[in-house]
Amino acid sequence: MTDGLHLTSTRRTVLKGLAGTGALAAAGFFPGYSNAQSAAPIRLGFQLHRTGIGASYGRWYERTATAALKRLNDGGGISGRPVEIVFEDDGTDPARGAEIFGKLATQSNCDLVFGALFSHVVIGTAPRAAELKVPYLVCSEGHHVASGKLNRWTLQPGITDVKSQVQAMAPWVSSTLGKKVTMIFPDFAFGYDHRDYFSAAMKAQGGEVIAQIAVPPTESSFTRYFPQIPAETEVLYHVMVGPAVLTFVKELGEFYGSGGHPQLFGFIDSLEAVDFASPGLEFLAGSHFWEAMPRYRQADATPAETAYRAAVGVDDNGAATGDAKDVSTYSHMFSVWETLSVIKAGMEASGYAGPADRAKFVEALEAMTGFAEGEDHPQGAKTFNGKTHQAFGIQNISKVEGGRLNVVHKTSIEDGMYPDEADYTTQPL
Amino acid sequence: MLLALMEGLVSAAVLALTAVGLSLTFGVMRVVNVAHGEFFMLGAVLAWFVTQAFPGAPALGFALALVVCPLCVAAIAVLADLLVLKRLAYEPAPTIVATIGLLYVLQQAALSLFGPDARPVAPPFDFRVQLPWFGYSGYKLCVILAALALLGLVWALLSRTRIGLVMRATRIDREMARAFAINVDLVYAGVFGLGAGLAAVAAVLIVPIRQAHYLMGADPLLLSFIVVIIGGLGSLRGTLAAALLIGLMDGLLSTALFLPPTVARIAATLLVALVLVFRPQGLLGKAAA
Amino acid sequence: MRGGGLLPVAGLLGVLAAGQWLLPAYHHANLVRIMVLALYATGYNIAFGYTGLLSLGHALFFAAGLYGASFAATLAGLPPGAALAAGTAAGGLAAAAVGVLALRTAGVAFMIVTLMFAQAGWLAILALGPWTRGDEGIVLPDAARALAGFDLSDDAVRYPLALALFAAGLLACLWLVRSRAGRVMVAMRENEERARMLGYDPFRVKLAALAISGTYAGAAGAAYALMFGYAGASLASVQYSILPLLWVLVGGAGTVAGPFVGCLLMFYLIDYASSLTSATLLLVGLALLVLVLFAPRGILGTLREKGVRWLP
Repeated sequence: MTDGLHLTSTRRTVLKGLAGTGALAAAGFFPGYSNAQSAAPIRLGFQLHRTGIGASYGRWYERTATAALKRLNDGGGISGRPVEIVFEDDGTDPARGAEIFGKLATQSNCDLVFGALFSHVVIGTAPRAAELKVPYLVCSEGHHVASGKLNRWTLQPGITDVKSQVQAMAPWVSSTLGKKVTMIFPDFAFGYDHRDYFSAAMKAQGGEVIAQIAVPPTESSFTRYFPQIPAETEVLYHVMVGPAVLTFVKELGEFYGSGGHPQLFGFIDSLEAVDFASPGLEFLAGSHFWEAMPRYRQADATPAETAYRAAVGVDDNGAATGDAKDVSTYSHMFSVWETLSVIKAGMEASGYAGPADRAKFVEALEAMTGFAEGEDHPQGAKTFNGKTHQAFGIQNISKVEGGRLNVVHKTSIEDGMYPDEADYTTQPL
Repeated sequence: MLLALMEGLVSAAVLALTAVGLSLTFGVMRVVNVAHGEFFMLGAVLAWFVTQAFPGAPALGFALALVVCPLCVAAIAVLADLLVLKRLAYEPAPTIVATIGLLYVLQQAALSLFGPDARPVAPPFDFRVQLPWFGYSGYKLCVILAALALLGLVWALLSRTRIGLVMRATRIDREMARAFAINVDLVYAGVFGLGAGLAAVAAVLIVPIRQAHYLMGADPLLLSFIVVIIGGLGSLRGTLAAALLIGLMDGLLSTALFLPPTVARIAATLLVALVLVFRPQGLLGKAAA
Repeated sequence: MRGGGLLPVAGLLGVLAAGQWLLPAYHHANLVRIMVLALYATGYNIAFGYTGLLSLGHALFFAAGLYGASFAATLAGLPPGAALAAGTAAGGLAAAAVGVLALRTAGVAFMIVTLMFAQAGWLAILALGPWTRGDEGIVLPDAARALAGFDLSDDAVRYPLALALFAAGLLACLWLVRSRAGRVMVAMRENEERARMLGYDPFRVKLAALAISGTYAGAAGAAYALMFGYAGASLASVQYSILPLLWVLVGGAGTVAGPFVGCLLMFYLIDYASSLTSATLLLVGLALLVLVLFAPRGILGTLREKGVRWLP
């Protein structure tokens, strides 16, 4: 697969992010290890948001990847070969993202790269993946893959994209909460996806978005936007990202106080890695959230979900086992686990033996049509569209009750389907 | 409109406090301290640690944080001054590199020890002032008052005490101050510590409203620089006026002219820049000698 | 000293040229980025290192090149060569426009005015979401990245092109600072009043320096977009104003090759630190502190002070 020199460091050092020059140095210290074998490990690069704005997610993505890797290797690896993951920090920065993609692919000799979440990192890195012809499996929930903006080497098999998510919410919101919706969203691309796709989906359901309030990024105080919410609003749809999200929710509570307020419907992105018991969040009681995967263990949790929860070290309340304040990013991080499952399936289906088979691996993924619920896919069953490179799964709507989230509705996969916008299979590999 | 005004006042009050800290180091020592925002961040992060130690008594924890955090941050700043900045003789260019280095170190320390999440701190008291049109947090009103009181204290310190006199003397002529047996090194270390401490106080005040986060220092840094220069270097009143201007401008522009918020922010930024273009010494600064 | 510096600069360019064949894939790709960014830093040095203009607004000029080239290629459908030229011109024009206003101020006020113009530009990129996709950014189609039959997404093509751009920028900078105009620029930095009394118009000299500097930034931004196929708002943020300042200061302000040295060093410092520890920033920060204590004038600046006079 590659020259033996690079395969010499132990898995533990690799997991610590020691790669490249470090691995070379390690080769010097442990010459006894340098004998390449037929069962040489498969190396997967992981583009990790260890620092920068995405660090809250990055920490959990790393934990999830480590847990999934352990399970994979305990189960015999891929095609009988052990698997290693090389983590590299991208600083949640698109420029650095493209650089470390090259580092993982050309210096650490990884077979493929996965793991990126933030859209700008994915979009900044994707051109590099196509240049190097290295598969790039993102765990990002952005619509950028399915929109056709990226390329044949970039796939998103582990998580539903945002367009599908918001579209799946519309029927339930309009039939249960109300028809007149005001949206509050961040004034950049991620917010526009919500604005455009939800407005369209709502219209199709006979509802109406009566006001759209775009909040500039870098805003740290939100109170002054709330008077713009029309009085006749029945549902307030909110999605915010970044470290100021908690302020947003708290100030919303202050604004409405104990008086009457519209029904609140939010995306859990606003409160990923945030404790629901935080001061100021009491007013969320009775409001609803989208969740990809229920943070609080539900009574009907599947055995696969329970096993996954234990493996990644999350307790019944969605926090790290042993530290109730360390709340997970439960509605996103499963995508790392499931993407690793897809990597295994794709490599085994394509008879992947080394970097020369990368194109065969992409074709094998494109031939897939879906994944069954189970330990490989604990979030639930998914269909996969080989043309748009995008997976589609079920979504949950949860209600805040007694300081926790209880699932009140599960969408079907069909609720989130939309016509193809791209066909990557027509591009050359 | 009124709500935008209130919010603007809260931001302005905290900003003024942070900026006065920067104004001191900038004015007296003439150093561009890129790490100033990180001192602000440290104040907020330390406040979280202190209040966590008193889970049952948020008011006590908060009061303690208000005293302990600025002192800790000031101590760190004094250390940085003595170990690094002093050896660079406070020359502008190397100081920029050094404070960027300090910024990285402090940011990583916060990330490693505090973590990447935004963490909330409970306000010491919780009551809403119910106005006829909407409710408003009583704590926010207190923040404005507290910031004003602290600014008053700083003003008194600078203009009414011997310490203030020494600082002003050092600012005007370093060598002359030395000739008058002023220990310039001590003054510099003290000013650097005081500046950092003020940023930390501002952060402790704001942290129950916003949250502690390891990247929260970037905005206060940029805004403080802008406020200090717009206000006029060395003018406390100017700094306060500029903080009000910056804190209120885009909120009012957006509300009054019905501009989209991002466009309002662009307009506000350009307007403030033009103020400086046509009045380079700042709002209340004296024309350059 | 006249004519000096050409030999070491030629040597540096020769070493870089050899890199095309000698460097392993990863470092080969890194050098492409470093040369493009060093072009940016070299331009920054003309304004800051030689003319004494401490700007925190260069991200605007870099972004003007980045988006100028991107939109020229995508919306106007220009070929990459023309897009590169358009981006370069956009950077120079943006700098001239900012300069006309900002150069009414000096010192820290200049720093803040340029910062605010650049922040307004960054916000404008976010506000123009339908075209820029804000922070997410846009990907340039492959067709926009083929220059006269050469595929700019190919490292083997990119490297010589980046080298050619960087070499042109470096040699032009060397020529400029050795010229009469360059000495006037330095005079502005050292003593503006004196230069004025000698009959030079400080405003015009500084405006010219800033426009040249912005042209470099524009060229680097345009090359960045066309070579790496991505334009996003993070490349226009204040970070991209501070980075060239840092590179210049680390390498040595007012030295021709300093910006390149600073850029190279910072890139590999971060890269190496991240392979040693997950607390990367701590190591980078400490390294900067140590560096500035031992080389307060930057690496080349301090070496030159210590008597290595031949350094460019």
